Amino acid sequence: MLSLGRWRETTATDYLDVRRFFTIWASLTHVLRSPVIPVVALSLARKPALQLRWISPVALVLLWQLASSTGVLSPEKLASPLTVLESAGELIADGQLGEAFVVSLGRVFLGFVIGGTIGVALGLASGLSRWGETLLDPPVQMLRTLPHLGLIPLFILWFGIGEEPKLALVASGVAFPLYLNLHAGIRQTDPGLVEAARVLGYSRFERIVHVVLPSAVPQTLVGLRIALGTAWLSLIVGEQINADAGLGFLINNAREFLRTDVVVVGLVVYALLGLTTDALVRLLERKVLRWQAR
Amino acid sequence: MASAVSIRGLRKAFGPRSVLDGIDLEIAPGEFVALLGRSGCGKSTLLRILAGLDRQVDGTAEVPGTVSIAFQQPRLLPWRKVWRNIALGLNKPNGHAIALKALEEVRLADHADAWPLTLSGGEAQRVSLARALVREPDVLLLDEPFGALDALTRLAMHHLVEDLWARHRPAVLLVTHDVDEALLLADRILVLDEGRIVAAHHVDLPRPRRRASVVEQRTRVLADLGVDVETAA
Repeated sequence: MLSLGRWRETTATDYLDVRRFFTIWASLTHVLRSPVIPVVALSLARKPALQLRWISPVALVLLWQLASSTGVLSPEKLASPLTVLESAGELIADGQLGEAFVVSLGRVFLGFVIGGTIGVALGLASGLSRWGETLLDPPVQMLRTLPHLGLIPLFILWFGIGEEPKLALVASGVAFPLYLNLHAGIRQTDPGLVEAARVLGYSRFERIVHVVLPSAVPQTLVGLRIALGTAWLSLIVGEQINADAGLGFLINNAREFLRTDVVVVGLVVYALLGLTTDALVRLLERKVLRWQAR
Repeated sequence: MASAVSIRGLRKAFGPRSVLDGIDLEIAPGEFVALLGRSGCGKSTLLRILAGLDRQVDGTAEVPGTVSIAFQQPRLLPWRKVWRNIALGLNKPNGHAIALKALEEVRLADHADAWPLTLSGGEAQRVSLARALVREPDVLLLDEPFGALDALTRLAMHHLVEDLWARHRPAVLLVTHDVDEALLLADRILVLDEGRIVAAHHVDLPRPRRRASVVEQRTRVLADLGVDVETAA
């Protein structure tokens, strides 16, 4: 559930504060009754065009490059953007990046399938049956308070240092958010709709398929997005355990040779993968939730 | 002929509070009965019992045939298209054709493939009516189905319901707190107060009824509800 907070945070738009700043500035200069400044200030106070939001990120990269080129930032601390680009090109060309990418993607996929199956199975069992809820929900609610990344020592003792602890880590990161949101989604079903379905002659199976499960879909998709975010995070942490392949291996290996450029490339790929899966869920949401009036 | 609804000595209590306190009621097949009463008089509870949604009661409430219902809120499944909302639960192979025919009756055939959330309140309520009638019920329960609609839409709905009732002839139990609505539509009006039927009126006026023709009886029904229009006006 840690990651729930993370999702909420990212929705805040800091640019609103910039607007407020200019608005205040505009009213201040208005008070000063200067003939020129208010005009400038008011035009700034207007909502800036969306494409202008690129200005500061590009400026930061330029600043980074400038710091590297002038020697303020040593390559052992952080390689310059150009070097990073160059190394990315080399890593792609010699196939290292592709190979690492496939290995890491495979780990997330497999871990996600395992954790997803467990989370959905438990969520359905405890959402659809009172007995299931009574028996399953208490232990799951207790276990979910454990920070799953803290389980690494146990996973190493249980599964060794091969693929298994990495998969277990991803799976445990996926299972809990899916369980919690699917269970909550099922519980939030409008009792009025279930009543109507009963009077109108739906069988129990039809009530579950046409009333209960569809009404749990929006909340489950929220869980899916959280689960995917946690899956990548778990992978990154998991790949620190004695990885001999994958993006984590690439990064750790690079650290030993002070190759900060390769480290940055690895991090960027992690970020892009996270963004891609998130975009896929958004796409799925738009398809599955077509019925919602917007 | 056997009654469509047969209720004897029906009691229902929530804890110490008695909601229905000995109801006896027979509704003939095809009869249109309106159940009037203030909020909290037990009319919705009675309807829920007849719908089979509440079985923990004393006394008997028998509904031998099929029952269908339309609520104050349309209660359509927002994730199923309009025609699916009507066809679901029917378990008939030609559900789509049946649904389209039912939608034609409520003049919404062109909305068959719409999502329910895109409908207006009146349209959604018409779909809800079509969904209730497509089951060809022996008893149609209407739980304040016009309560949430604006006045103009409500008038149109009154005509539609009368029309559909005349065509399909189910026994209807309409729960409402609108006296005019009851007088315009019902063969018999029952006044429910504190869990008992305190008055019954037969409305023998010819159909279609107009407002002027019901004025005299309106005063008497309102008096049963404790509203004195003579002095209030």
